[in-house]
Amino acid sequence: MEQTIFYIFSTILVLSAGAVVTVRNPVFAALFLVLAFFTSAAIWILLEAEFLALTLVLVYVGAVMVLFLFVVMMLDINLTVLREGFTRYLPVGLLVAIIMLAQLAYIVGPERFGLDKYPAPTPRDADYSNTREIGLVLYTEYLLAFELAAVILVVAIIAAIALTLRKRVKTNFMKPEEQVVVKSKDRVRLVKMATEKKDD
Amino acid sequence: MLEAIQSALSFLPDGLVTLLIILLKIFALLLPLLGAVAYLTLAERKVIGYIQVRIGPNRVGPRGLLQPIADAVKLMFKETILPTNANLFLFILGPILTIGPAMAAWAVVPFDDGMVIADIDASLLYILAMTSLGVYGVIIAGWASNSKYAFLGAMRSAAQIVSYEIAMGFALVGVLLAAGSLNLGEIVTAQQGSVIQWFMWPLLPLFLIYFIAGLAETNRAPFDVAEGESEIVAGFHVEYSAMAFSVFFLAEYANIILISLLTAAMFMGGWLSPFEGILPESMLTEGALGLLLGSGIHWLLLKTAFFMFLFLWIRATYPRYRYDQIMRLGWKVFIPITIVWLMVVAAMVVGNVGPWFD
Repeated sequence: MEQTIFYIFSTILVLSAGAVVTVRNPVFAALFLVLAFFTSAAIWILLEAEFLALTLVLVYVGAVMVLFLFVVMMLDINLTVLREGFTRYLPVGLLVAIIMLAQLAYIVGPERFGLDKYPAPTPRDADYSNTREIGLVLYTEYLLAFELAAVILVVAIIAAIALTLRKRVKTNFMKPEEQVVVKSKDRVRLVKMATEKKDD
Repeated sequence: MLEAIQSALSFLPDGLVTLLIILLKIFALLLPLLGAVAYLTLAERKVIGYIQVRIGPNRVGPRGLLQPIADAVKLMFKETILPTNANLFLFILGPILTIGPAMAAWAVVPFDDGMVIADIDASLLYILAMTSLGVYGVIIAGWASNSKYAFLGAMRSAAQIVSYEIAMGFALVGVLLAAGSLNLGEIVTAQQGSVIQWFMWPLLPLFLIYFIAGLAETNRAPFDVAEGESEIVAGFHVEYSAMAFSVFFLAEYANIILISLLTAAMFMGGWLSPFEGILPESMLTEGALGLLLGSGIHWLLLKTAFFMFLFLWIRATYPRYRYDQIMRLGWKVFIPITIVWLMVVAAMVVGNVGPWFD
């Protein structure tokens, strides 16, 4: 039963991952990537790693891919222009692909990966909390790596803000705190003047 | 009752019985939920009507009570118009992707001690993940409609939901810090004792932020710029008609009920009775009075109804935010407050500050 479910999900995963790079429409490509993330989350659930699976859905599907779609939908992508450089960049692309394939084969090749190296995990009891275990390991054994990742992320946030923060010359930006304290006499000048006589 | 059904079905193979029981549970949840959604639309029109010194719908049935049924029949028999040059597959997928997560999130919601379809360990995370999926329906519908207004609505909604999800997530982190668990049932039982024990007191800022972010997540007034009928007609669902349109509505109202119920469960003690610790123990457990005053599903529904009423009240009271004000509120006000209060909560938990964490 579990094996059938695994094969169904992995077939969907492989097909949608292939579709990401083969479909013409960039919006469809992004949506296939969403499907790929979602199915891999389902496969992680089969591995009893529910925290990672739910976080994958929450972070990648719920936030990152939404922003991705946001950008892809707004771009006016001209496919003919994109296709012009195809043959020119083909050798570089092939080289990168071969290197990545070699790296993958090195890591998940038969001498490092397989059921004898990584035996199938034994099913846990119903009250086993994957989330609690990850938290315990993250804040004790891997504390330094965890803190380093946090620092790198903060630096990335600061860099992103610094790159986009610039003083625009003409802007209608309003400061709410100034708007709140404004009094009527700051904005309106009431002028009292004597009525003039109409000449006729 | 479940055992009775189980034994009555014992002539079937075991797996099939489990499947049937799960399906029965889903029906037992979804049918009342859809009924509640239908009557929430009537409640909304009535409440807003009375707030604006009108009567609201009163023609169909006694006091207008059959109005939702008339609306449903009308929407079912209307023609579904498919816009030319729209991407048909995604156009139809949009409403489905909105209603799917809105219904799926209910799987882990506990109504009473043990009264839940899927009692999973990380149910809070599951709900957060499911509600974050709802935005896809809006974006896809807006893009596939091949309409400028729909597209503008989708873009607004996407940016808004992603922004408020962060504040909402942080508010939930506060809850799980206080309860020490990600399971909704355990979060409710962690508030046992008395009204003072409810998490709304130690987590007051997070409670308010969660509810307001819930308003924004469901695209309700005063954050309803994704629909913005005065500027962009009806936003992302402008091209939808008949059932496709009503599916968006079903999802929106199901989400309203979900947010109200979660607020009640996480901050106001869920199904726990407010008389705990005030009235003597015997009054809460014995006889018919005990059933009424003691903890039970009716308290959860009452608290949920209160928050649902707040949704309607707020809609009738406040004008719509301008878009830059929405972004400012989400990023510059809510997120800093939640981060600061998370540290306060963490300090309170570590320092065993009473009466909540001792």
